[in-house]
Amino acid sequence: MKRDIILAGVGGQGLLSIAAVIGHAALSLGLDLRQCEVHGMAQRGGVVQSHIRYADGPLYSDLVREGSADLVLSLEPMEALRYLSFLRPDGALVTNSVPVRNIPDYPDLELLHAEIRRLPRHVLVDAAALAEQAGSLQSTNLALLGAAAPFLGLPEAALEASLDAVFAGKSDRIRETNQRAFRLGVATAPA
Amino acid sequence: MPTRLFLGDEALAQGAIDAGLSCAYAYPGTPSTEITEFVQRSPEAQAGSVRGRWTANEKTALEAALGASYAGKRAMASMKHVGLNVAADPFVNAALAGAHGGLLVNVADDPSMHSSQNEQDSRVYTDLALVPCIEPATQQEAYDAPEYGFSLSERMQIPVLVRLVTRLAHSRAPVSVRERRAENDLSPSSDRERFILLPSNARRSYIRLLEKQKDFAKASEASPFNWLADGADRSLGIIACGIAHNYLLEVSGGRSPHPVVKIGQYPLPLEMIERLVAQCREILVLEEGYPYVESHLRGLLTRTSPILRGRLSGALPRTGELSPQAVASALGLPKSSGFPESSAPRGRPPALCPGCPHADTCRALVDALSAFGDRGRVFSDIGCYTLGAFPPYGAIDTCVEMGASITMAKGAADAGLRPAVALIGDSTFAHSGMTGLLDCVNEESDVTIVIVDNSTVAMTGGQKSAAEGRLVSICQGLGLPAERVRVIEPLPARHAENVAVLRDEIAHRGTSVIIARRECLQTLKRTAGHTSGKGGVE
Repeated sequence: MKRDIILAGVGGQGLLSIAAVIGHAALSLGLDLRQCEVHGMAQRGGVVQSHIRYADGPLYSDLVREGSADLVLSLEPMEALRYLSFLRPDGALVTNSVPVRNIPDYPDLELLHAEIRRLPRHVLVDAAALAEQAGSLQSTNLALLGAAAPFLGLPEAALEASLDAVFAGKSDRIRETNQRAFRLGVATAPA
Repeated sequence: MPTRLFLGDEALAQGAIDAGLSCAYAYPGTPSTEITEFVQRSPEAQAGSVRGRWTANEKTALEAALGASYAGKRAMASMKHVGLNVAADPFVNAALAGAHGGLLVNVADDPSMHSSQNEQDSRVYTDLALVPCIEPATQQEAYDAPEYGFSLSERMQIPVLVRLVTRLAHSRAPVSVRERRAENDLSPSSDRERFILLPSNARRSYIRLLEKQKDFAKASEASPFNWLADGADRSLGIIACGIAHNYLLEVSGGRSPHPVVKIGQYPLPLEMIERLVAQCREILVLEEGYPYVESHLRGLLTRTSPILRGRLSGALPRTGELSPQAVASALGLPKSSGFPESSAPRGRPPALCPGCPHADTCRALVDALSAFGDRGRVFSDIGCYTLGAFPPYGAIDTCVEMGASITMAKGAADAGLRPAVALIGDSTFAHSGMTGLLDCVNEESDVTIVIVDNSTVAMTGGQKSAAEGRLVSICQGLGLPAERVRVIEPLPARHAENVAVLRDEIAHRGTSVIIARRECLQTLKRTAGHTSGKGGVE
């Protein structure tokens, strides 16, 4: 078992929290793990990405090789398309449909969605709406994680336990909202 | 051995703590910041036994570490690659004086310039200072490096450079940890001949340093970070340094078919490399950063040494960080086919946060300067406010290195440029702006210095600023008259009055400072306890 994942988004969207939950779950199952993050300048509203790799055998590289990603998981539709060269031919792209328009030349959203829909394996989900339904827009990242859960090769129970572990320092209310958002995301997954 | 999940930076910090670290000093800088943050958060630091401190700059950090080493303790200074330029003086001269307690200089390089203005390779500094260097390939090696490095440092009385790169510094992996070794006892050196670098002593120290090179080379041959792995296919031999070795293993399915020299300690293990060269017709050098090893092996005779391939020969890109794909291509392996690149994504540069005080200062500065035609220039510096370069602000004209704003403005003013404005952050001012202000005051230079005081080191995540709360008294202490030190509050509602203050001081013929003071929104959010549901791991 091995997964190579590219996480994509914009600084401030909570990408590193998704990475932390997936990484925690993979470790709790005794898998080897590499989780490469972006710190520093890019976090100020710029492009952020994280490479996550886990396997039941040894891993070597901290970076995913181009053409090898099983999954591109993106919090933003334009960012999702930035990493297509990493996605293997049978890989899946799971992305939030809601744009972050903090640049003047943001492309036509319909064209972005259409390009995503042309991919053989894709999930385009309004994670923000799910998060609001769960109780807080802040949980958008975790609703998206739920939508991606079927592609992670990790038991949902492990992910749920890791959700609580990673947010152990937060209030019960935040943890419950996170869990609800995650479940709503899972429920959108294709049968 | 228990296993923990660590960033490369954190593994290095824990490794140092477990190796008996007493004092850690640093100036924050991506990708090195998390080393010292981790030390500060450790139970050992909380209990007061280990000291983890931010310093005014990298030079003072290294000098403090040298002093702790002189006193017999294990100490380290951490910085980003360009920080070693600032600390170059103590670095090169500490090599001559030598270490007493173990002394590590941890430097994190940033190839591809994710968060930096250049991609210089710190290994080059080892040629200048003639010191050994450890380059961990994995988080486990980053954990193991301090114990080994401190011992080497104490045994050979030499500071040891530990080189990290972004992709190791900021990548997590499971690491096995050991029991903590006790700290060294206080045992100050009494060796005046060694530590007083008067020419008569320094000449002897230099001879000793040259003599030590043989020992450094021997240590490299026996180092646990260096090895020669055999391979059946001897048509090619590979030298793989640091994390490049990971990429080699990744694209070779865990074992290279070719013989490999893995390098994690310098000076280069020449005997090992010669054994490789003796059995292989062609050598491929895989290294992150400059073609450092390739250049050393090749010398200057690029046309008459055809068996070497690497970043210099064009087998790998000369600039930017390596990747598994780049290494695979250099090995002639087939490209794994992904989807074609999409043409849809546009550039998305980082930006000032909505409501950032720097944004208000940038707007006010642009408006203030408009009254002086288009001849004025804003010499800026390193920090979040550098983002004032982007639209809609377009507020700055230069950004070169830490502290260069004030001194470049001074030189330009000396040359006749007017208005010459410097834009510098509070922490950068403390780092290396104060000396430039002294130059301006001494010559009554016609410069206007805007210190954007958000009371933190914002870009690297909100570390304590060394001049916090004392900017006015520092400027006056450096000789600036009180009426030439103005304080404004950068807020949209105060735009007109701030523009007026800026215009007054720009019009004034002489040196003046305007402190634009309002707290960083990121630190304000944190201190106010408004933690977001997205979790505190940004």
